[in-house]
Amino acid sequence: MKSIENEKNHIIPYKTFLYVLAVLIALTLTSVTLTQISLGALTVTIALIIAAIKSSFVLRIFMHLKFENKMFSRAVIGVIMLLCAVITVTLLDYLNR
Amino acid sequence: MSTQKNFEEPSYLEYKGKYKGIFSWILSTDHKRIAILYLFSLLTFFATGATLGLLMKLELIAPGKTIMTAQTYNAFFTLHGIIMIFAVVIPGLPAVFGNFLLPIMIGAKDVAFPRLNLLSWYFYVTGVTLVLISQFTGQGPPDTGWTFYAPYSFRTTGNMLPAVFGAFVLGFSSILTGLNFLVTIHRMRAPGMTWLKMPLFPWTLYATGWVQLLATPIIGITLLMIIAERTLHIGFFDPTLGGDPLLYQHLFWTYSHPAVYIMILPAMGAISEIIPTFCHKTIFGYNFIVASSIAIAFVGYFIWGHHMFTSGMSGTAQYVFSLLTFIVAIPSAIKVFNWIATMHKASIDLQTPFYWAVGFLFVFMIGGFSGLILGSLATDIHLHNTHFVVAHFHFIVFGGTGFAFFGAMHYWFPKITGKMYDSRWANTGLIIFFSGFITLYGEMFFLGMKGMPRRYYDYDEIFHTGNIFSSLGAVVMYFGLAVIIINLISSLRNGAKAPSDPWGGKTLEWTIPSPPPVENFEEIPVITKGPYNYK
Repeated sequence: MKSIENEKNHIIPYKTFLYVLAVLIALTLTSVTLTQISLGALTVTIALIIAAIKSSFVLRIFMHLKFENKMFSRAVIGVIMLLCAVITVTLLDYLNR
Repeated sequence: MSTQKNFEEPSYLEYKGKYKGIFSWILSTDHKRIAILYLFSLLTFFATGATLGLLMKLELIAPGKTIMTAQTYNAFFTLHGIIMIFAVVIPGLPAVFGNFLLPIMIGAKDVAFPRLNLLSWYFYVTGVTLVLISQFTGQGPPDTGWTFYAPYSFRTTGNMLPAVFGAFVLGFSSILTGLNFLVTIHRMRAPGMTWLKMPLFPWTLYATGWVQLLATPIIGITLLMIIAERTLHIGFFDPTLGGDPLLYQHLFWTYSHPAVYIMILPAMGAISEIIPTFCHKTIFGYNFIVASSIAIAFVGYFIWGHHMFTSGMSGTAQYVFSLLTFIVAIPSAIKVFNWIATMHKASIDLQTPFYWAVGFLFVFMIGGFSGLILGSLATDIHLHNTHFVVAHFHFIVFGGTGFAFFGAMHYWFPKITGKMYDSRWANTGLIIFFSGFITLYGEMFFLGMKGMPRRYYDYDEIFHTGNIFSSLGAVVMYFGLAVIIINLISSLRNGAKAPSDPWGGKTLEWTIPSPPPVENFEEIPVITKGPYNYK
């Protein structure tokens, strides 16, 4: 119970949510636009970078990771690194065919 | 570890809670009752899958049509695969023995999220039901094999959607169980139970939990992509729509190879409990066994490509996947050496669970070494999609997980049911089962090396003798299985009352009565020593 009592409530203003929403929509439109341009191997890399930025906004702001214990942030970073490693190994096939 | 005093609380079998009859089971959030629900569902599905397997082997007893048509054979190996992989071996040890024993072995009263635990079982039953519905509805049963390979999986007229969605729902069950176990292990260990004082079975459930949590969503998304491709014609995997069939294989095996470790890691955990108990000796190299479990879970994530050596993948990727496949053999070998070192100079008590553990070692070694043959690029070209592969994965999946499951069943049966079983019948069943197993799957190695392909209901005359042996092995194995199951069922009625610690085990479950009371412990134990303290 002690840890629950010590937890702080973090009320994020609606304005911030709207800004984040605008950024997410802008990045989605950028992703869609980039699919029309042939960038070779960079296409997937750029798409993944944009997706990662969008995810970090959602995790940090909407899911309150910004205010949580650092351990949760480290766990999320670990999972993202694992995902990056899986994608890199997959690309060993696609980039060398 | 501390021992418990006499209990006044009723056992989990006697305590009904606020519901009566069957509702006291299907609405119970007690981890032990949920484990029993899983056990009965799983054995039912296992019997279904095993019967399909037996019928397939009877079809193969002679060339040409014997007892079924080619299309029926295709449907049978698909359903056999889906049931055995998604509904039996993946949930197998974690859902049954993990659910029953994890809280007890770490000194907790239940898992962290009991309602979520019950929800997992409902997802499990719903998933299998959907798979079974696919057999009897639409334009005929699915015939793709359990791998649902694209592009065939969205072109076949078979009733794919319920089967694929069923596998998707089963994935949710697995994710929720993994999540529950991870939180339980992190948050609910008894006071004093530091990470390196935790028994090895919970350690393997911990490693498995991470794989369940991080790998299963990939197959979930992939299965949804098949559904989107079939219904909305989005070109993920269809080359005519701009998709890539190899992408499906990458995504499928990114989950399905780690899934092999979801199956085998808890099996290794159960073996790590059985061996020190019957050797009456501290397990050799505890820290190395723990580290090897984590290493298997981690490296196992990066070796999926060895299922795709003949699919047209790039040479660079093939070399990397082959190398990583050889690397994953190292932590598995560490475990085997440690188990054998534990047996060295031990006063071994030769009881049924120990025989299963030794049987596990034998078949797992054969399965493991044949895996290295397949992980080698040159030999895999010849053996891929032959009966050699079928033999290899049955030695690992059925030999490894199945032997460990039955070993665990005979090890923890007195604890779970409060009854002892007849050892003579148990050992007789094991010998018959083992003889059938080796004849059935051992012969497949030779058939595969001669070039007999898998998933064909017909074959050339030169494979006939081998198939006769293999099919007769299936009959013998099925008979052995019947002896084992009947003996256990009969022991439920006629078995002698089990003491709290019939084998001389040292982990926490042996400190409480058999069967365990509703809340497991009257007082949460304080842990002061390691789990295998036989000094």
